[in-house]
Amino acid sequence: MAHPAAAAPALKRTPLYALHLEFGARMAPFAGYDMPIHYALGVLKEHLHTRVAAGLFDVSHMGQIALRPRSGRVADAAQALERLVPVDVLGLKPARQRYAVFTDGNGGIIDDLMIGQCGDHLALIVNAGRKDVDERHLRDALSDVCTVDALADRALLALQGPAAEAVLARLSPSSASMRFMDIRPVLIAGANCLVSRSGYTGEDGFEISVPARDAEKLARTLLQDAAVTLIGLGARDSLRTEAGLCLYGSDIDESTTPVEAALEWAIQKVRRRGGARAGNFLGAGLVLEQLERGASRRRVGLKPRERTPVRTGVLLYADASASQSVGTVTSGTFGPSAAGPVAMGYVPNTLSAPKTLLFADVRGNRLQVEVTELPFVPHRYKRI
Amino acid sequence: MLKFTQEHEWVRIEGDVATVGITQHAQERLGDLVFVELPEVGKSFEKGAPAAVVESVKAASEVYAPIGGEVIEANPAIVADPSLVNSDPMGAGWFFKLKLANLSEVNALMDEAAYQALLG
Repeated sequence: MAHPAAAAPALKRTPLYALHLEFGARMAPFAGYDMPIHYALGVLKEHLHTRVAAGLFDVSHMGQIALRPRSGRVADAAQALERLVPVDVLGLKPARQRYAVFTDGNGGIIDDLMIGQCGDHLALIVNAGRKDVDERHLRDALSDVCTVDALADRALLALQGPAAEAVLARLSPSSASMRFMDIRPVLIAGANCLVSRSGYTGEDGFEISVPARDAEKLARTLLQDAAVTLIGLGARDSLRTEAGLCLYGSDIDESTTPVEAALEWAIQKVRRRGGARAGNFLGAGLVLEQLERGASRRRVGLKPRERTPVRTGVLLYADASASQSVGTVTSGTFGPSAAGPVAMGYVPNTLSAPKTLLFADVRGNRLQVEVTELPFVPHRYKRI
Repeated sequence: MLKFTQEHEWVRIEGDVATVGITQHAQERLGDLVFVELPEVGKSFEKGAPAAVVESVKAASEVYAPIGGEVIEANPAIVADPSLVNSDPMGAGWFFKLKLANLSEVNALMDEAAYQALLG
């Protein structure tokens, strides 16, 4: 096991590094950052706490990028960004946010991201491990229309769980009126924040972009609320897996297309064949073809029938004795709220129907797993 | 006689039977356990061979046979409730009992003082 003290010098730190140590975090390298995996409570209890109260996550390692139109018209930036994502960006209303993927020329996924319409610019949140790739990609493709500003001086906190609304409303009453995927500037404890009503746990909650210099004070203010506990990346992973959400690098990457990844819901009609702005994004030929005819494989939920966790990398078989695998688990863990093992993986389209029985090879044993609808734990977003 | 291994297991020797579990330090490092897989009675292990599996939310870890021998009993209570390993690692959270193949292997194990020194 890597010793944090030995690994630290080469790793980047978020503005909350000292706070993590103070709260007893077990730190480990993640995407080039020294990040809290869990705190004194441990992954299991942190996970459960988030589903019943409110969890505070430091996700400052993620990339925050402002895409600013040179013309001053945000529609120009939106239209330009549509070259890189199969998503309706132009139709995104002010103060609204949307999930997207950057596709490449083969229809593979360069990264998944959030796009916020902030009136005069677009606010992008990208994965920590893909920041550099994404920024280069954006500059190469969009510099004629936009400036691409990496906001390195901002931290990102996620406040997630059923108590999140009440907690934030005590500091900033107006935030309670936000709906799922709203995004707007909010003054919280004196800090100029950009708040979105979203997250990656399946729970209601907020993501708060805050100036780095104000981040620790804001975190401490939030932690004064008895409902709020710091949650590490360990529970963040089990929470998003139960919610059926993709982790870049595990469930999606350049070798998977949005259709294979079951992300069709992220591709609005206007970008599909017959839509007013159909195609005209990287890899559109293949992606639009797959949208109509399906792909040969598909990401599905996998519910193991036994108690044994079926983890990332485990091979899937069509029957108990087959020698040739038909798929691979791309995310698998024990789901504390599901009270049992949960997994996702890619299987042939012909084996992707719910209730299809497959076999997972765990330490040489073929364990039954059932293809199932996602998520494992119902989303509880505040849609109205 | 209570002995320990570098892999943070404890071994209680009574006659030619060794009861095996994981230490307080090990259960703290692993975190809350959610799954335990134990060896079948009658199975024999060489010293150092993986004999059981413990899993937290995050990861699976192996528990090794601290000495060679045949499994004569496994603890069904920790399979039914893995949290017993966290709450009582040296007692109700024991894993399995081995009938020792070679008593001299016991000498290679650490006593409590040596194990405490290892933990620092």
